[in-house]
Amino acid sequence: MTGPRTSRYARDVAVVAFAQSDHRRRTDELSEVEMVMPVLHRVLAATGLKAGEIGFTCSGSSDYLAGRAFSFTMTLDGVGAWPPISESHVETDGAWALHEAWVKLQTGEADTALVYAYGKSSPGSVRDVLTRQLDPYYLAPLWPDSVALAALQAQALLDAGETDEPALAAIAARSRADAAANPHAQLRGDVPQGDYQVRPLRTGDCPPVGDGAAAVILAAGDLARRLCERPAWITGIDHRIEAHGLGLRDLTDSPSTRIAARHAGLFDAPVDTAELHAPFSSQEVVLRKALGLGDTVAVNPSGGPLAANPMMAAGLIRIGEAAARIHRGASDRAVAHATSGPCLQQNLVAVLEGDAR
Amino acid sequence: MTAASPPEVLRAPLVVEFPFTRSLGPVQSAFLTGLRDSVVLGVKTADGRVLVPPVEYDPVTSEEIRDLVEVAATGTVTTWAWNERPRPHQPLDTPFAWVLVKLDGADTALLHALDAPGPEAVSTGMRVRVRWAAERTGAITDIACFEPYDGPAAAAAPAPHDGVFQDPVTGIVAEARLDYTYSPGRAQTAYINALSEQRTVGERCPSCHKVYVPPRGACPTCGVATTDQVEVGPAGTVTTFCIVNIKARNLDIEVPYVYAHIALDGAGLALHGRIGGIPYDQVRMGLRVEPVWTEGGRHPDHYRPTGEPDADYDAYKELI
Ligand SMILES: [Zn+2]
Repeated sequence: MTGPRTSRYARDVAVVAFAQSDHRRRTDELSEVEMVMPVLHRVLAATGLKAGEIGFTCSGSSDYLAGRAFSFTMTLDGVGAWPPISESHVETDGAWALHEAWVKLQTGEADTALVYAYGKSSPGSVRDVLTRQLDPYYLAPLWPDSVALAALQAQALLDAGETDEPALAAIAARSRADAAANPHAQLRGDVPQGDYQVRPLRTGDCPPVGDGAAAVILAAGDLARRLCERPAWITGIDHRIEAHGLGLRDLTDSPSTRIAARHAGLFDAPVDTAELHAPFSSQEVVLRKALGLGDTVAVNPSGGPLAANPMMAAGLIRIGEAAARIHRGASDRAVAHATSGPCLQQNLVAVLEGDAR
Repeated sequence: MTAASPPEVLRAPLVVEFPFTRSLGPVQSAFLTGLRDSVVLGVKTADGRVLVPPVEYDPVTSEEIRDLVEVAATGTVTTWAWNERPRPHQPLDTPFAWVLVKLDGADTALLHALDAPGPEAVSTGMRVRVRWAAERTGAITDIACFEPYDGPAAAAAPAPHDGVFQDPVTGIVAEARLDYTYSPGRAQTAYINALSEQRTVGERCPSCHKVYVPPRGACPTCGVATTDQVEVGPAGTVTTFCIVNIKARNLDIEVPYVYAHIALDGAGLALHGRIGGIPYDQVRMGLRVEPVWTEGGRHPDHYRPTGEPDADYDAYKELI
């Protein structure tokens, strides 16, 4: 049970619906809009809203994944962008699209928002593609891939005595075991830990590479109550960024996550659920510490990104999964986290609460 | 009208290359020029910390920093990761360690590669030194890699440096190439497959009944999947056009030529194509045209007049 809900914002805004695709290693037979559209239809159907009734639409995706410019315009067909709609796009994870939509609702210019995100990693090599988000002077010319950078962070944690390889393997095993109950997850059940990819990270410590999409609907005030039996109120949301240079940071900690969590009010009351965008097992160690999560908190009960990590959607899915647990009464107060950039460079934290029961 | 059959997945290589030309500014110019001349520079913040590689603004205070200092080419590994299978473009093509190295005199660490015989030869705290590239151009890759080093530590105090070099490097070209395998999805696959039979197919929206050519699988008005295939054309009507007077590179077409929007018969919107077989100054709205295919062509080379009377304006005005 939670206490009375308090909001420090102009308006009460809630996640009222969530849908996601079945995340898969390849979706060659589908274009992006063909992959996204069924997810949009499901999330709209959950509320009974039609695309044309949505006040604001915001999406997250990446041209570098798609291999072409302005790739997000292709999926706009899926939301019915004619006659003109109020629409925006972020070139990063959809969690940031949700933040933009939340701001739009706070301004009072819209009462509902459709937020969606998608990525197909299968056409390219996502490890190589992600090197292009690094600083072009000092880092990108060396092509350090995402697994290598996470492995540097993992070794720093091992050296600091904050974890060990069996503990990392246990995080991976717990995630995939929990994912057995998630029909959308890509890796489920008993998955071997495997060989080192970049030591100290083994295959099992790394997220699967795959294609997928997700969508949520936000609504303000009483409208949220009409659209959803138990809305997941966003009682706090904030995002922070750290220096890009890895050698400037303490890789064993995530101060940006901690500051975002404080601004989102996470530490004001306990949470029962945490959906963490920790694509690598070692990053869960960092985030648990930054968020002060104890053993009583269910961490990534969906399986988390170790079970499905569709680029640009995985962070939005964390918010959606946390909200869905509140919708069905499995959680009363949850924290959702999304990340972007190397070694948890940028972090978004949202606190979601259900009405007291 | 036929229901779409299960698609045969088309695939094609897609290469994206972009050589971005970037200017460096005073701090990065000094650092990269220094590497070319085997000198490693950092910047000193107001509170006395030395940042290597240097940045132009203090990451804590955001103050501008220009105070260059020279640090040693030796240092200490602060963390590492063993890379058993180097990937394309990475600094070494034999197994190596990624390392963050705090150079002697610096307070922050630089990312690079460490050439070592195996993971057992690498540890946090180990001493390393720069191995310079044989040919240096003013880039981070002028450091070929680091290598283990047993010698004495260089002087710990960084020496002030004016950052002035002969022939400074003021810009870099950031080359990147990414390789993809592109698959166009169900609707565009059907379109491309039909073109190979010199047919043009669109898809009809089940809600508003508009026929989209080329189809992208969704109706942008209704936001629903389009699934009913419709063969359109082959003839169509010029809805609007322009006259191109500038020759594009690698394009084997004489200018001037006419580029037009063409509403194929039965289509709910116009697609674009080149008009041939008629002097450019005689092309007009309403002109009836048909596709001309070349041997082995994967789409119509151009459209030419059919000889029919022009279409009534009312017949195509909604498609302009
Ligand atoms: Zn329609």
